Formats: sequence, C-alpha cells, structure tokens
Amino acid sequence: MATTNRPSPPFERAGLSDEQLVGMLRTMLLQRMLENRGFQLNRQGKIPFASASEGHEGVQAGAAMAFARGRDLLFPYYRDLGLALGVGLTSYEVLLSLFARGSDQSGGRQFPHHYSSRRLGIATISSIIAAQLSHAVGAAYALRVRGEHGRAVLATFGDGATSEGEWHESLNFAAVHKLPVVFLCENNEWAISTPLAKQMGQPDIWRRAAGYGLPSTCVDGMDPVACYLAVSDALDRARTGGGPTLVEAKCYRFLSHTTDDDDRTYRSREEVEAHRRDDPVPNFERRLDEAGILSAEALERLKGELLAEINEATDRAEAMPYPGGEELYRNVYADSTDPWR
Amino acid sequence: MAVSSPTQTSQVMNNVDAVRATLYDAMKNDPRTVILGEDVGARGNVFLITKDFAKEFGPQRVIDTPIAEASIVGIAIGMAMEGLRPIAEIQFADFIYPAFNQIVGEAAKTRYRSNGEYTCPLVIRTPYGGGVRGALSHSVSIEALFYHVPGLKILAPAFPADVKGLLNAAIDDPDPVLFLEHKKTYRLIKGEVPDGHYTIPIGKANVLKEGSALSVVSYGLYVHWALEAAQQLEQEGISVEVIDLRSIRPMDKTAILQSVEKTRKLLVVHEDNKFGGIGAEISAMVAEEALFSLDAPIRRHCAPDVPAMGYAEPLEHEYMSSPAKIAEAMRELARF
Repeated sequence: MATTNRPSPPFERAGLSDEQLVGMLRTMLLQRMLENRGFQLNRQGKIPFASASEGHEGVQAGAAMAFARGRDLLFPYYRDLGLALGVGLTSYEVLLSLFARGSDQSGGRQFPHHYSSRRLGIATISSIIAAQLSHAVGAAYALRVRGEHGRAVLATFGDGATSEGEWHESLNFAAVHKLPVVFLCENNEWAISTPLAKQMGQPDIWRRAAGYGLPSTCVDGMDPVACYLAVSDALDRARTGGGPTLVEAKCYRFLSHTTDDDDRTYRSREEVEAHRRDDPVPNFERRLDEAGILSAEALERLKGELLAEINEATDRAEAMPYPGGEELYRNVYADSTDPWR
Repeated sequence: MAVSSPTQTSQVMNNVDAVRATLYDAMKNDPRTVILGEDVGARGNVFLITKDFAKEFGPQRVIDTPIAEASIVGIAIGMAMEGLRPIAEIQFADFIYPAFNQIVGEAAKTRYRSNGEYTCPLVIRTPYGGGVRGALSHSVSIEALFYHVPGLKILAPAFPADVKGLLNAAIDDPDPVLFLEHKKTYRLIKGEVPDGHYTIPIGKANVLKEGSALSVVSYGLYVHWALEAAQQLEQEGISVEVIDLRSIRPMDKTAILQSVEKTRKLLVVHEDNKFGGIGAEISAMVAEEALFSLDAPIRRHCAPDVPAMGYAEPLEHEYMSSPAKIAEAMRELARF
C-alpha cells in the first residue's frame, strides 16, 4: 500500500455482498440509536453517564467488517460502540453496561462503553488514553511466540491518544518486531475540547508512520467501505507476516464528549453543522438506496426492527438487578482480597 | 518452607545467582515464559543475571527492549492477557516511574475490571535499594509507592533460598507480582539454596531469630543488619526477635502479632523513608489489634524524609542505617 492519502473512492462494493453492505449499515444505525438511547436514559435520570461516538459509525462499521471474528483480537477504546457491536456485542450487553447491572460482563464495575469479551476477542480496557496500545502490541507478540499465523490484532484510538508517549512506544516496538498489529486512528479532530491544531504541529497522523518505518494509509472515516478496504488490507498484511500498519480514518465527533460535557463552550455550531454534510449514516443510507441495495421502505423497516430490539433490550436490562455490595470484593486476586495473612 | 524434594541437596549461592538460576529454570521449563527489559539480551542484564539466556533461548524469548519502561510493562501485560508468562525487568527500580500507570492502573486492575475474564500473570523484577553509591536515581526504595495498591503483590526477599522460592511463587502466581531485589545483597549475601523446584508461600514472614525482649520487623538488606545487631545485643543480655517479612503485600499479620504478643515491644526497621512507609501500616495494624499487649510505644527506625540519598559518601552514610544504628534503636526500645 502506498503511503499516501487516498481520496475517498467513488461508491464501490469492495467485494462485499449486499448482505454485508446492509450489515454494515445495520451496525451504524444500531450504534447511533443505542447511543441516543444512552443519552435519553441519562437525561431521564436513569443512568449516571453515557459517552458519544456519533460521527464514528463509518470507520467502526468498516473496521468491524474487516475484523475476523474468532481469530483476530481487538484492543479498542471507549468510543468504539459501533466496533464492539460490529464484532458481535449485543444491544442487550450494551444496555446492561449502561445500566451497570450485575450481569454486565464487568459485573457493573466498568464505565459504559468499556466492553470486554473473551468470546468476541475484545480486550479489557481502562479509560487511560493509549494505555491499551502496548497491551495490543504484547498480544501481537504472544501470537508471534506461539506461531499463530493468520491472526492479527486491531488496536484503535482517537487523535488525542497520539500525543501520549505510549502511543510512540507502541508503534515503535511493533515496527522493530514487525508484529501482526494494525493501529487504527479514529481522528475526530477533538480531544474533548482541544482541537487538532493544539494537539500537533501537522494534522496528518498517518504521516508519522514513516518515522517508525511503518506503512500507513489515510481514509475518509465517514465512508465505511473505504474504511473496510483500508483496515482489511492492513489486517491481511498483518495476518500474513507483513507487519504493522497505521491507518488514519478522518471522521468527526458530532456530539459532546460525554453526557457530562458541553461542546458549545469550545466549538461553534457552524463548525458542527458544516461536518453534518459528511454524516456517515444518512450518506450510506442514500448510497445503498441509489445502488438498489436497500430501498427507503426497507430502510424504514430495518430502523423499526432495530428500535424494537433496543426497546426490548432496554426493558430487559433495566429489569435486571444491580450487583450486590459483596461483588465489590470479588476478583481482586485469584486468591484472598485481604492484604493481611 | 515448602520444599518438594525429600532427599534434599543444596548449593551455596548468592542472591544474584539465585535470581539467575530461578529465571533459567523458568525459561527452560515453560515455553510460555519470556523475559523482556533493557539490556537483558546480548548484554545479559547489567548484573549479568540473564547472561547467555538469549543464546540459549533465542532473542524471541529474551527481548532487548527499547528504553521505554511504560511499554515494557504494558507489552508484558498484553502478553500475559494472551497466555504468555512474561517476566519484565525494570533495570533499576528508580526507572519504574514511567510505568506507574501500567502497573497501578492496568496490571493491578485487569482481573478486577474484567470480572475475572482477563488476568495478568506477570512478574516485574527490579533491583532496588542503596548503600552502593547509587545516588538519586540508582538507590531508591519503591515499595511504599506500590503496596497501597490492591491487585498487586509485592515481594522483597533477603536470602538466596527465599529469592528462589518466592521468585518461583511469583512466576506461578496468576496475578501481577512486583519482585524487589536489593542490589547491595546481590553478591554480599550467600546461603544454601535447595536444588529442584520449590515455592515459598507468598504472604508468609520468617522468624529468623527468636527473642523475648522486643520484636524487630524488617525486610531486604536491613534484615541482615537487624540480625547482626540482634546478635550483638544477645551478648549484652538483650534477647531480640527478628522477623523477615519477605512479602510486603500480602503481609503476615499472624507472625507479627504472635511475636509482639510475646515480646510486648515492636521496632520496625526499613531503608525506605518513614512517612507513609511500610512501618506505618505495620504500626497501625499492631495498634489496632494488639495495643494492650504493648509495654512501650511502637518505634520505627527508617530513612529520613528526604527525596533520596546523595551521591557523596557522607550523604549516603547519613541516609543509610547500619548494624550499629539499628542496635542503638533496639537498646533504646529495650530500655523503655
């Protein structure tokens, strides 16, 4: 792959079937609607917190389609709701996390959108920016030591993570050992309230790869097919011994960082509205309609199905109990929690 | 000590040899074991602990890392999460600070935040401690910075046989263990080390010398000095009990309380500075559990609360204790 910034390609199927293309749209819609549900529940006072990924649907659906479930490993960050859904997390699991119920995978410990699942190959993460990247590199090294060819690690992060020292350390180590890992940057231009111009001297994160001796590519993060192609190429190369790649997907964060943030304090409505033209969800809906893959009527049916799924999952998750207080003491160590013996 | 072999043979070795022999066996016996750190490969570690390991086990399992402590630990966490048994080395404990988040925020919480779905069977070894003219960045004690953290285990053995038994226990442990090796004891301290694989339970202290007048609790280099001081006091007719903690988290409450209830006086001795140190927790625990068994206030003999020991000999000397200074602290408490 050339180390260049590819223009957004005209609509192409990229070898994807109608079913796969609709599947990507389904993931994008589910992400947006579930996120909306999180914000609603917060405003209703039913949950303390939710975070936002609106604008990331394209890159996440594309990356999820490229991810080989049951084979690849995912080290995501907390804005990857769509990626988690795309690799198999269910609406119900997301709602258990939002409601912090006892049957949530983390037992109600983790913040929303900090999913983990051995079943799906999703690693456990903290909220500490870029901390998961060295874990991803270590996991890729483990695949190498065990001689597990045909598997790769996908590590994702935002533009903000690229300022962390561990971002550099992780790319550098992966490059030294040519590890089977793909670094996918979901560049949404904002680190909470800090714009790209205050984060870095030049705005193209993909250009930094050359400094590590890594191939890189830059794609339109609003285009799920382009993102699928870029991540798929990179994962294929990683799985076949070609080493790591940095992929930069330029997208945008349409909402505030979380339910506790107010983006009106640091960016203009005009800027946000200007980016709405590139909103990946309606654009992909239109493209599938124009290509005769999913009609407007079929789209409405799909949205109705998803809403019913989310409503059912909301009711079911809300009805589940919180973890009991005794759960606080479990899984500190394999053995006793008591520091005194 | 839990020793597996009934027909016991042993060898005399020093602490650094015990580390080396134990790591060698771990590499030999388990292909999942990898060692990573600065200069552990071709150079064989700055103390030659892993000398020739890279030749025997290959550079894939003995990894010379870039100088990047945060990711040395972070990469080891990823390896551990995915089924390897990494032993990460921080070249000197003083260099561990860049890895603080990876140890405290990530390794210690992996099992907890995933509710047991992911675990972090990781050993982080590091040489610590002073008395070697190491100045501000090659002599610190770091245990108090980490022993506050649930999810971590911290070991600080003082004798070669304990180094082997506890390092084996750390390697076998399913959770992250910070393994502290006092660098002044590396070649100074020799002892019998049983052959074959054995482990010492984490969280068990060792009563090195029984006594009746007061109890001294210590770990690391100062255990040896406390023992020397106790032998001196024995000749003066003062009987001192000396306890080597060996394990700092978890810590052996039973051994400390049993001793204090017998001698009715407690002196905690450590090289780390006093404020918020290991001695503070021990003192609080004894005050909570055995206050009315005490015949004297609990005493702590620790380093002064300064940032570090200076390079100049008098500065190091002022910072460090000695068998004579420890003996004096013992006499004072005995007289109370």
